[in-house]
Amino acid sequence: MSGQTPHEAHGLRAWPYNLTDDDGKPYSPPAYEPPNGVLRWLEARLPLIGLAHSAAISYPTPRNLNYWWTFGGILSFMLGVQIITGIVLVMHYTPHADMAFNSVEHIMRDVNYGWLLRYLHANGASMFFVAVYIHIFRGMYYGSYKAPREILWILGVIIYLLMMATGFLGYTLPWGQMSFWGATVITNFFSAIPIFGESIVTWLWGGYTVGNPTLQRFFSLHYLLPFVIAGVVVLHIWALHVVGQNNPAGIEPKSRKDTVPFTPYATVKDAFFLCAFCVVYAWFVFYIPNYLGHPDNYIQANPGVTPSHIVPEWYYLPFYAILRSIPNKLAGVIALFGSIILLAFLPWLDTSKVRSATYRPLYRQFFWIFVATCLLLGWLGSKEAEGIYVILARVLTAWYFIHLLVVLPLLGWIETPKPLPNSISEAVLKKKGVVAAAVVACAVALGALAAFPNGASAQEAAETPNPPAQRWSFSGPFGKFDRAQLQRGFKVYHDVCQNCHSMRLVPFRALSEPGGPEFSEAQVETIASEYKVPDAPNDQGEVNDRNARPADYFPPRFPNEQAARAANGGALPPDMSVLAKARGYERGFPQFIFDIFTQYQEAGPDYIVAILTGYRDAPKDFKLPSATTYYNEYFPGHAIGMPKPLSDGQVEYTDGTPTTVQQYAKDVAAFLMWVAEPQLEARKRLGFQVMIFLVVLSVLLYFTKKKVWHEVEKPREIAQGQDPRATSL
Amino acid sequence: MSPAQPTRRDFLYIATGTVAALGGVATLVPLISQMNPDASTIAAGAPVEVDLSPVTEGQGIKVFWRGKPIYINHRTKKEIDEARSVDVADLRDPQTDDARVKSGHDQWLVVIGICTHLGCVPLDHQGDYDGFFCPCHGSQYDSSGRIRRGPAPLNLVVPPYEFLSDSKIRIG
Repeated sequence: MSGQTPHEAHGLRAWPYNLTDDDGKPYSPPAYEPPNGVLRWLEARLPLIGLAHSAAISYPTPRNLNYWWTFGGILSFMLGVQIITGIVLVMHYTPHADMAFNSVEHIMRDVNYGWLLRYLHANGASMFFVAVYIHIFRGMYYGSYKAPREILWILGVIIYLLMMATGFLGYTLPWGQMSFWGATVITNFFSAIPIFGESIVTWLWGGYTVGNPTLQRFFSLHYLLPFVIAGVVVLHIWALHVVGQNNPAGIEPKSRKDTVPFTPYATVKDAFFLCAFCVVYAWFVFYIPNYLGHPDNYIQANPGVTPSHIVPEWYYLPFYAILRSIPNKLAGVIALFGSIILLAFLPWLDTSKVRSATYRPLYRQFFWIFVATCLLLGWLGSKEAEGIYVILARVLTAWYFIHLLVVLPLLGWIETPKPLPNSISEAVLKKKGVVAAAVVACAVALGALAAFPNGASAQEAAETPNPPAQRWSFSGPFGKFDRAQLQRGFKVYHDVCQNCHSMRLVPFRALSEPGGPEFSEAQVETIASEYKVPDAPNDQGEVNDRNARPADYFPPRFPNEQAARAANGGALPPDMSVLAKARGYERGFPQFIFDIFTQYQEAGPDYIVAILTGYRDAPKDFKLPSATTYYNEYFPGHAIGMPKPLSDGQVEYTDGTPTTVQQYAKDVAAFLMWVAEPQLEARKRLGFQVMIFLVVLSVLLYFTKKKVWHEVEKPREIAQGQDPRATSL
Repeated sequence: MSPAQPTRRDFLYIATGTVAALGGVATLVPLISQMNPDASTIAAGAPVEVDLSPVTEGQGIKVFWRGKPIYINHRTKKEIDEARSVDVADLRDPQTDDARVKSGHDQWLVVIGICTHLGCVPLDHQGDYDGFFCPCHGSQYDSSGRIRRGPAPLNLVVPPYEFLSDSKIRIG
């Protein structure tokens, strides 16, 4: 038995590569030796520790792996984060068309750390996709799909497909406008199927449209699929451990010296980069949690109104662009799915025997062109499908397929690869930077973006000026609400807005909770008692109104939509509970990239101020569509249903603040921002602590990694025999 | 390798491991805390006011506070006398009737209607003691809500409440 792992004894090949030892004889990494009788007893019955030992400790990894190889570990971590936060969210979420939206807001407002868990989950999905795209492109660059790793690669494509399905199903659950219409559009893909299409779509919906049955089954499947993913990930890792990791040189490790044991070398390297990755993740979660989302999804699903510009989540955008660039329904859907399925055939489409792009001068250039193509397709997917964007999307879609179907097979024939190194040890001596090339590819893509004027196609957009950016006390990493401003804003809401608008998700008690206007509890009781809410039925079964208590919610202004419209000239005054997050405007390139770093999350309040102060006399050449619409400079299309709500001196301020429309607008916009994001201060405060922690841990892990790898990265010392232990690596 | 080096390296490893472990523990805080009652549940647990005027002698009503059934019994003279004639020393959970009602409002018994055995809701005005009978495992409480027979270890709990007037109480 000695020298063999238990599963070797059962005839399974445990170690990848055919490694030789210093003396040229076949080499196997050391097997697990149970240190005491109890573990020996266990090991003889269930060799679990031995399995973990061979898989995660003594498993040989090529010593030349770069940081792009840490994304596999990062992906496992993200899958774990998504499953854990998801299971927790389900404890508070209600999968019902009438309650899903409200239950998400309940999580954001009332559940302890609910905002954190939801933002971790929502942004976690994006980070998961960031990592998987890097992982996929790494595999493409270094030819990781080539023999003997075809199955490993195909399992990866399957995981990616499952991820896309899971992400789509999950995006439906908050039951916002984008959820609803995303679900409608995506499920309609299947209506492209001849003859059976319509029946299939009805079957998927469980009704004649997307509705409650759809939501409930999507919820069930969204809970199921991550575990399916976890299962395929196990197969993926199994396949990986059979064939071993590819490496930047793209040649198989030959001797023991070409590899290092997984622990501590890969473990500590993965840990360091994972921690650094978490800094980015935390930046999104704590500082720009809604950056990757869409304001429209803070509007509850409305089967009667499609948002003017619907886009999927960013990670589907390239495929969405491919879908839209083909003017035939069935062909578009086929192209979309084809563009993903084709990836599974890469091992056979790429005819070159050389794996790594490092030694393939032509392929390397085409690879980066392909990366830029995908990035640009993503950008086009977010644009309106008109004008130059369509032409561009068609060209790039064509190139996407040409690259995979024509360029890759041909390159294998016409390209003369550079001479391959004899061994990994030899390859590490002359390294090449991929980072520089990645920067160039991104710069090319961004440069191409900059070459096109933003929103030029939509005439309306060109006419509607962007709202002026206001200064907000709550912006930036240390932002806090100005209590006096929130109290004034509440007064504006109370005296003006609530005559037509409601705030049904906000309880009165929130007005006294920390991080808000912080009225005293006595003040809140007084405020609440102004409102009437239905009491419990009395003994005769009659429902009478009673005065509201702090635990009650702001009652709806109108009993139903029809009443609201009838009282407002046909227009429906939107509920204001999440209005500040449900409004925004296109930031355009390159601003949207700077916004990541400046933490700009105030498009909503900026827009609200602009609307409230944007009433003008209509220009002579502008004709308002009806007598109950008004000209507003900042409203898309300019014809707004709300008459100018504020005028100077209308609301009395007791603290000497100027009673101007501008001031009212700012105060009420700040108040509405707090209403929409009551945990903003807690979020930024915790965010700072988490950031400090992650940076400290990253630095510590970096130096730990340096120490651990010192003996491997300084081969001269080994040669000089300074550390006799080093020779045993 | 000088002897100082391993020490410094060990310190680095221990520091890194400690910081990582602290982070791991801190991560558990939100995951555990989220299962505690949320703000809306806590707010909904605020005191409730009950009007007693419609409850005639010998009647009882059941109201809810924090999701728990609260029995409010308007006791008859007989029931009060029974509750007061018991030798407290013989009781499993010795407590006088005086200690379980508000003085001056002796006719009102207010108890949480949850059996102290395993949480079932006992039936009002049932059993051998003019009190409560728990159908789950046969515990019997008297007209003061004290345990008299069966497996329950303790008397029915008296919730915090006060009389706002002779005919109105606030529970909580």
